[in-house]
Amino acid sequence: MKLAAIFGFTTLLVSGATASAQMSGDVVKIGVLNDMSGLYADITGPGSAEAARMAIADFGGSINGKNIELISADHQNKPDVGSAIANQWFGNDGVDAIVDVPTSSVALAVQEVARNKSKVFLISGAAASDLTGKACSPTSIHWTYDTVALANGTGSAVVKAGGDTWFFITADYAFGHALERDTAKVVEETGGKVLGKVRAPLNTADFSSFLLQAQASKAKIIGLANAGGDTINSIKQAAEFGIVEGGQKLAGLLVFISDIHSLGLQTANGLQLTEAFYWDQNDATRAWSKRFFDRMKRQPTMVQAGVYGAITHYLAAIKATGSDDGPTVVKQMKATPVNDFMTKNGKIREDGTLVRDMYLFEVKKPSESKGAWDYYKQIAVIPGEEAFKLPGPNQCPLVKG
Amino acid sequence: MFEWIHLSVPPAPAMFAQLLVGLINGAFYAMLSLGLAVIFGLLNIINFAHGAQYMLGAFCAWFLLNALGLGYWPALILAPIIVGAAGIAIERVLLRHIYGLDHLYGLLLTFGLALIIEGVFRQQYGSSGQPYAIPPELQGGRNLGFMFLPNYRAWVIIASLAVCLGTWYTIERTRLGAYLRAATENPVLVQAFGINVPRMITLTYGAGVALAALAGVMAAPIYQVSPLMGSNIIITVFAVVVIGGMGSILGAIVSGFALGLVEGLTKVFYPEASSTVIFVIMALVLLVKPAGFFGRAR
Amino acid sequence: MGESGRWDRILTVILVAAALVAPLVLYPVFLMEALCFALFACAFNLLIGYVGLLSFGHAAFLGSASYITAHTVKVWGFPPELGILAGTAVAALLGAGFGWLAIRRQGIYFAMITLALAQMVYFVALQARFTGGEDGIQAIPRGHLFGFIDLNDTLTMYYFVLAVFLVGFGVIVRTIHSPFGQVMKAIRENEPRAVSLGYDADRYKLLAFILSAGLSGLAGSVKSLVFQLASLTDVQWTMSGEVVLMTLVGGLGTVLGPVVGAFLLVGMQHYLAQLGSWVTVVQGFIFVFCVLVFRRGIVGVIASYAAGRRKAPGSSSAASPPAERPTEVRAAAGPGGS
Repeated sequence: MKLAAIFGFTTLLVSGATASAQMSGDVVKIGVLNDMSGLYADITGPGSAEAARMAIADFGGSINGKNIELISADHQNKPDVGSAIANQWFGNDGVDAIVDVPTSSVALAVQEVARNKSKVFLISGAAASDLTGKACSPTSIHWTYDTVALANGTGSAVVKAGGDTWFFITADYAFGHALERDTAKVVEETGGKVLGKVRAPLNTADFSSFLLQAQASKAKIIGLANAGGDTINSIKQAAEFGIVEGGQKLAGLLVFISDIHSLGLQTANGLQLTEAFYWDQNDATRAWSKRFFDRMKRQPTMVQAGVYGAITHYLAAIKATGSDDGPTVVKQMKATPVNDFMTKNGKIREDGTLVRDMYLFEVKKPSESKGAWDYYKQIAVIPGEEAFKLPGPNQCPLVKG
Repeated sequence: MFEWIHLSVPPAPAMFAQLLVGLINGAFYAMLSLGLAVIFGLLNIINFAHGAQYMLGAFCAWFLLNALGLGYWPALILAPIIVGAAGIAIERVLLRHIYGLDHLYGLLLTFGLALIIEGVFRQQYGSSGQPYAIPPELQGGRNLGFMFLPNYRAWVIIASLAVCLGTWYTIERTRLGAYLRAATENPVLVQAFGINVPRMITLTYGAGVALAALAGVMAAPIYQVSPLMGSNIIITVFAVVVIGGMGSILGAIVSGFALGLVEGLTKVFYPEASSTVIFVIMALVLLVKPAGFFGRAR
Repeated sequence: MGESGRWDRILTVILVAAALVAPLVLYPVFLMEALCFALFACAFNLLIGYVGLLSFGHAAFLGSASYITAHTVKVWGFPPELGILAGTAVAALLGAGFGWLAIRRQGIYFAMITLALAQMVYFVALQARFTGGEDGIQAIPRGHLFGFIDLNDTLTMYYFVLAVFLVGFGVIVRTIHSPFGQVMKAIRENEPRAVSLGYDADRYKLLAFILSAGLSGLAGSVKSLVFQLASLTDVQWTMSGEVVLMTLVGGLGTVLGPVVGAFLLVGMQHYLAQLGSWVTVVQGFIFVFCVLVFRRGIVGVIASYAAGRRKAPGSSSAASPPAERPTEVRAAAGPGGS
């Protein structure tokens, strides 16, 4: 018993030593927290960390003599893991800002920690509009996109183009419900009609049953209120069942270029989606994306481009104010317009949302594409004010006053 | 919580379509639980690595296509052989040592194996999944009137039925099958008759794993070839095996197809519960008849 | 008692003293997480190590208690001690239900029933409105213990968690050494014989199950207050697998084994966190290694070694305290599995 206990105690020490307190120096420390190996790794993952590195290097690597450091970690899409890492980073490791955080449930948890500790949180990966609504925080900026913009973008643009009857295939979790709810509202406001919906459990492998129900509804548009593997599966199987040949169109409510890359144009052509960025839009985007491609061998997604933009704007605000205190820097960020390769005249609202132009794209047919990653044709520009217009009064306590 | 039960029954043609689609999913459950039942019935090992081996079959097909240019049809033969050989190696090196122990150690060991295999693949390939196209001969589909049935899915039903019935026939009706069944009852006696029992056991494990890999190759064109595909499906397949009877070949086949149907129906009436309904049935079966519908009490 | 008893007392003092000063050296949140899991693993070990029942659904108790505590504290405004009591009570009740259903079967069938029931709890957690789905229940206030002890201070919270752990651990140790514990071990060794001696095996198994479930719930309740978050991770079947791993690595049927296993695994997850999926691979290797070579676990191996060393010529191996004799899971004895 005694040997066992002594051994056990040594184990405690050894295992705990790895988690012991560390002191941070006089640095600006940025933490990229996202899904490094799971469902969203291609959308954010190591690519976001690389974009962060590019931003820091382009800024010169230091501000007013203080070094800028970068660390990254994998939250595995679990709110408890994300929350624990955020607590450790902010409380123990001297991190000043956390960036990215896809998966809205994790982002909400991290935002809580950031709010309690008055540290900066730059959201690029997560989509839930609650982050700047009910759960808004004075030290958060929702940089790249949110569910309101996606709903306003895809929802209204598709209805205006003639797709006025909808059937939703929704992933059965809070985020899927929110996406469906926001889009349904916009569809109805623009003059369309929701004919029905079906909720599929998360990580469903086979959507054939749900696609058949969608076919039976005879809706012109099948809205996919899901993300990641579920979206890819539903699009793939829709192609198999001849949905598009049968006359119905698919509207992906949350689709990224990496998903299209996974699917291939043969399967995904004709899909309409809203994004904030595409590598091939203009010379500025092409130039930056080429640098990214040289490092990652993949074209950047809007999330990764957003990470670059957010960090650049953050570092500029620190330089301008001379301080890295959370609320001060965020106030400066909100006061400065955003202009970079991705965003023209973006303005950050009081609730933390960056109001930017969004773009409606359609996936090219294989014959229209010149090669790998040449996937989108731009159909419409949705001006920022219209894209981020809230369906009702702003729920954020900072704004309600 | 119950507001999403759709109380309206869809019209008959739509119901047939849903049942057919459910049956197709059932084909995968049947093939996978067949492999599990073969391994448990003849080796007394609860092969938790079965899902990972299914995933290996799909990845093998993908690899054969992208690295060696070998398409779907060669992969149907090669992938099960390759993964089956890996299974034989696992049996020789690891499983051999735990035959005398409680079932639960076999479960834990194969669970550990599954974690290793999936972890390595996840590290290498992420979780997004790799594309694998339906072979050109099987693309397109047929309008059956009540639904548009993709050719590939029709192929899945036919092929899996053939595989399942072939396996059942081999085990229940041939001499080789008789030796296998005898060896599980009394390995010492069978060995005394001059039959190489350890080699039979090894080959049996390899065959069970090959069945999983075959299911993986067939799944590759329609589901995602992703490192997570095994862990998503494994506990459902376990439930199917338990319901059918843990050592029963016929039980695995019948319950696989039947539960595919049940899941399909649930997707119509209460879709959110479609991944949980199988566990409810499993719990009920365990309480009422723990040996399963076709199993014998061991 | 004699000499080994005195060593036990000295060790207890050393360990408790170490635990009291640990937060000055190690990161307190890590320690609290490890203590919660240690309690969870000890509660699980009660069932597998001392009664011989492998449950694959213990996550249901951990998770449901954490949700109940989260909801009562955040939405109903319960003070933390009442919230924890509520969570523990619900877990024990759930344990009574699970146990009553599952006890009817043995071995692998028992494990499968617990898995099926836990999956149903997962489904309820996913669908029920109050759990918040995959967002979980966030921003749970820690409140003031007994009205005046502020748990928002990390150090105070740590000592509270340590106190709860020691109470739970004490309950387990007392149970093991009590007559009730002896009957449990008798049932594990040879159930028909215990029954023939007049013990109602099912009642003992059910009581042990309820105790195990309740203490797992206690761990879950405290965990939700430590992290101020209750999420779906706590009710997933992979969590049930983790607690099996912790107990297996530490040593089934030993008193300190689960604690060692829990600290090791939580430490490993922290240390290897930046390696992403390699954590899963390493866990897999540990499983394989433990089943093949190391079935008695770390503490089990040490205890056997120590018992061997202590064995003077002529004395029997009963010199090692019965609580430390490591277990292996027995194959289902008797005809049939039911």
